[in-house]
Amino acid sequence: MTKQKLVVIGNGMAPGRMLEFLFEKDRDAYDVTIFNAEPRVNYNRLMLSPVLSGEKTYEDIITHDDQWYADHGVTLHKSARVSEVDREAKTVTSENGITAAYDKLVIATGSNPFIIPLPGKDLEGVLTYRDLDDVEKMKDAAAHGGRAIVIGGGLLGLEAAAGLKMQGMEVTVLHLMPTLMERQLDPAAGYLLEEEFKRRGIDVRTKANSHEILDNGAGKVAGIKLDDGSEIEASIVVMAVGIRPSGDLAKSLGLEVNRGIMVSDDMRTSDADVFALGECVEHGGMCYGLVAPLYEMAGVIADNLLGGRSEYKGSVTATKLKVTGVDLYSAGDFAEAEDREEIVLRDASAGVYKRLVLKDNKIIGAVLYGETADGPWFFDLLKKETDVSEMRETLIFGQAYQGGAPLDPTAAVAALPDDAEICGCNGVCKGTIVNAIHEKGLTGLDDVRAHTKASASCGTCTGLVEQLLVATLGDAYDPTAVQPMCGCTDLGHGDVRRLIKAKELKTIPEVMQELEWTSSCGCAKCRPALNYYLVADWPDEYADDYQSRFINERVHANIQKDGTYSVVPRMWGGMTSSKELRAIADVVDKYDIPAVKCTGGQRIDMLGIKKEDLPGVWADLGEAGFVSGQAYAKGLRTVKTCVGTDWCRFGTQDSTGLGIKLEKFMWGSWTPAKLKLAVSGCPRNCAEATCKDIGIVCVDSGYEIHFAGAAGLDIKGTEILGNVTTEEEALEHVVALAQMYREQGFYLERIYKWAKRIGVEEIRRQIMDDAAMRKRYFDAFVFSQKFAQVDPWSERVSGKDKHEFKPMAILSMEAAE
Amino acid sequence: MNVVAKDWVAIGDLTDIPRQGARVVKTDAGCIAVFRTVNDEVYALDDRCPHKGGPLSNGIVHGSSVTCPLHNWVFDLATGLAQGADEGAVLTTPAKVEGGKILLAVDALASRAAG
Ligand code: SRM
Ligand SMILES: Cc1cc2nc3c(=O)[nH]c(=O)nc-3n(C[C@H](O)[C@H](O)[C@H](O)COP(=O)(O)OP(=O)(O)OC[C@H]3O[C@@H](n4cnc5c(N)ncnc54)[C@H](O)[C@@H]3O)c2cc1C
Ligand code: SF4
Ligand code: FES
Repeated sequence: MTKQKLVVIGNGMAPGRMLEFLFEKDRDAYDVTIFNAEPRVNYNRLMLSPVLSGEKTYEDIITHDDQWYADHGVTLHKSARVSEVDREAKTVTSENGITAAYDKLVIATGSNPFIIPLPGKDLEGVLTYRDLDDVEKMKDAAAHGGRAIVIGGGLLGLEAAAGLKMQGMEVTVLHLMPTLMERQLDPAAGYLLEEEFKRRGIDVRTKANSHEILDNGAGKVAGIKLDDGSEIEASIVVMAVGIRPSGDLAKSLGLEVNRGIMVSDDMRTSDADVFALGECVEHGGMCYGLVAPLYEMAGVIADNLLGGRSEYKGSVTATKLKVTGVDLYSAGDFAEAEDREEIVLRDASAGVYKRLVLKDNKIIGAVLYGETADGPWFFDLLKKETDVSEMRETLIFGQAYQGGAPLDPTAAVAALPDDAEICGCNGVCKGTIVNAIHEKGLTGLDDVRAHTKASASCGTCTGLVEQLLVATLGDAYDPTAVQPMCGCTDLGHGDVRRLIKAKELKTIPEVMQELEWTSSCGCAKCRPALNYYLVADWPDEYADDYQSRFINERVHANIQKDGTYSVVPRMWGGMTSSKELRAIADVVDKYDIPAVKCTGGQRIDMLGIKKEDLPGVWADLGEAGFVSGQAYAKGLRTVKTCVGTDWCRFGTQDSTGLGIKLEKFMWGSWTPAKLKLAVSGCPRNCAEATCKDIGIVCVDSGYEIHFAGAAGLDIKGTEILGNVTTEEEALEHVVALAQMYREQGFYLERIYKWAKRIGVEEIRRQIMDDAAMRKRYFDAFVFSQKFAQVDPWSERVSGKDKHEFKPMAILSMEAAE
Repeated sequence: MNVVAKDWVAIGDLTDIPRQGARVVKTDAGCIAVFRTVNDEVYALDDRCPHKGGPLSNGIVHGSSVTCPLHNWVFDLATGLAQGADEGAVLTTPAKVEGGKILLAVDALASRAAG
């Protein structure tokens, strides 16, 4: 059966969820291709504010990492904005020229921030708040201090203001209306919120109408002039005044677009093979700007893509503000009117305000400030249109009071009905979570997130989910526990590393026995980690456990998708010669190797080699002087270099030579995760040293040592460790740094993650300032290299691990009969 | 094909396979991965992961499971069933150890080759 082709335009939260629904139902129905204008994978947009405030990092908020796309066979084109769709030919083409054909198309272009057409709106420093790039721009601006003006006192504006304040900026919020968040809050709650923001030192001005953004004379923002003539100085202006569904592309295709892209209940546009999804959609006269309704749409489309007949019927939404320390919840309609009654509770000293709006004995609106735990319960009553006349007297006190005596929070959660909604974003109810906990044996928050999606979006229901865990598991749930290494132990990586040293544990079975592993012999997660820790800590005594290594490290080549292998020999510092190239050419011919490629690491990869042929290939390569490039190792990989003073007219030092020295000194060493180096001959940095695990940029006065860069799943410039003047010093510092990382890093933790955990300052202190410490690290590295610098290929050519490369037996059925 | 039920054939010594390791047996019905656990139990499974064809013989063996080297699905060696959130199964072939020799039930293989 040939698969149908599904193309998705936009890789936001809504289509991300849709694909999860789709793959849950049928992994194989579609070949999926996604085009995303943003240069990255799917992340949780709701969590941008914690990233802005510094409470989370981008890595923390990734929803689907590259591995996910690989595992699900989804092709994701990043930085590829779709500009053309041919509905006749059924193809989609992006601005950068990628074309994909579809059987079914999903348009999920989200929305665009609205820019008020003020004079000065195009100045440098006028920002919006929509994606990670915006957050990075705000953080960059915050690094320079000064004042930020946020135009718009709604959900986004306030989150931006609080975040910028936490980043150290002075902040002014300008809001046109008399009270903040007037669309979600009544004036009383809006007032309380304004007071809270002022208490945090944020200058809030309501009824403030901006007139013009002022130019500093160099095309940059200098401040704002208001209608009343007053001026406020500022270095950035963030516009957060609302969003517009992004329907231009759909309109250009001749699809029906009103405010948003028009869809019927089955979520199809006016073209039956084209669905629209997310904030770009208009359904029943409504455009939505919160994820819960979008996820409902996502479920409907997933079903209809598989031939179902689901219908979307519109949603009621509830809002929460995600500013740490401010509790605010609102749902439904709370305007005053003749036929409505209200119940209000105020507790000025505790800063609590609650208001319920009732009509015909049913809740139609709720505003909670200061104390929001009952939000989901009220929202549940609202959605179910429950008659509340029986509990009118105590209703406002919340669910805990409904049985007479107040309940503790856990008991209150335990008392919820199974169909009570816990996670509003993902529409997950209590019963689903409790069942998953029981049936799948879940023990923690991450488990619940993975299996049910509850608390995986905006995170405000995390407390409720934790209480459900307590209610369901009792004492078996310990929320403060460290993340265990794996299911075989409760200990985290840090504890295990410490205990291996403290108790002098020197074999894997010893570790498992002494640290009370709960499985008899570990799993595929802990064994490679333990093996590394033991190799790193007892280089002379520990006997490497090959069966605990991943196949690549066991056979010293990289496994490919068809079970063949690739082989990458070292080319020291990227240098090679006619003799080496000739030897590679001969090997390629002799073993009929199907592909030869230059790697991203300045050396040559031979791909598609049969496992049985590996020893032969290595023998021939070895004769030409090659050793393994360890392109598979959690260990030293490549040292990239540029041509430096040998050839380049700008070179300041011998970057090639230093690169080769480093590679020859460090090859063979095992590290927590892979370790890649580069040396550039001048700040033009042609070897890209400033995104490496460790990099050196040569300058006239010596060597600038960098570390903790990333250019894989994450992109991050390096931190500077410090400057040294001689090549010997450069080598000593780099080696000492590598050893410090080897001793402290957790298995699979790249150097930039380790540095974040330990602190860049601390690393600088130990390596740059503490000469004795540096010497100790250096000596420890040199000692362990005595045991590590054995070429694994020549070992295997001389017979080691023979069994890996030969079948055990060849059986023919005739022979068997 | 008239193969007698439980027709066992020796494929080699138990010690040919390292503990917590696997070796491949090539047959007309495709490659079979023969596993040896830490407790010297042996199991034989098709050497093809139902996910994307990964060679299971190259995976890490832990307890009586193996983790596929390509995308980390975990299979129970006794039943061939995928564990955890993944769904799928690998065909198993009866295997046993007698007098230090590993034996495979070739009738199971033969009927598959025919079918
Ligand atoms: C061969 C090569 C691609 C190429 O054709 O150029 C390659 C191939 C693979 N890379 Fe890479 N990476 C290659 C250079 C890079 C680079 C560029 C570089 O080294 O300058 C990067 C970005 C820098 C970095 O390391 O972050 C890179 C970042 C990754 C990552 C992301 C790591 C991260 O922590 O962000 C992975 C995934 C992982 O390690 O988990 C990965 C994983 C892989 C794996 C091992 C995928 C896998 O698990 O099978 C690929 C193995 C294919 C094979 O068998 O050869 N590869 N990979 C490059 C080998 C370089 C070499 O000579 O050793
Ligand atoms: C800071 C912030 C906080 C928020 N907080 C909450 C909250 O607490 N609760 C809540 O419910 N909601 C919240 N939201 C709203 C929520 O994030 C959105 O409703 C949701 O992300 C919309 O999902 P989507 O998939 O429709 O669009 P988006 O997530 O916006 O994704 C659209 C994607 O499509 C891409 N794209 C656009 N045009 C093209 C094209 N032509 N070709 C290729 N790609 C294209 C865009 O680059 C973008 O990546 C918040 C939003 C922000 C910005
Ligand atoms: S070589 Fe690297 S970038 Fe290319 S597909 Fe493999 S992992 Fe991805
Ligand atoms: S091929 Fe085995 S897990 Fe993907």
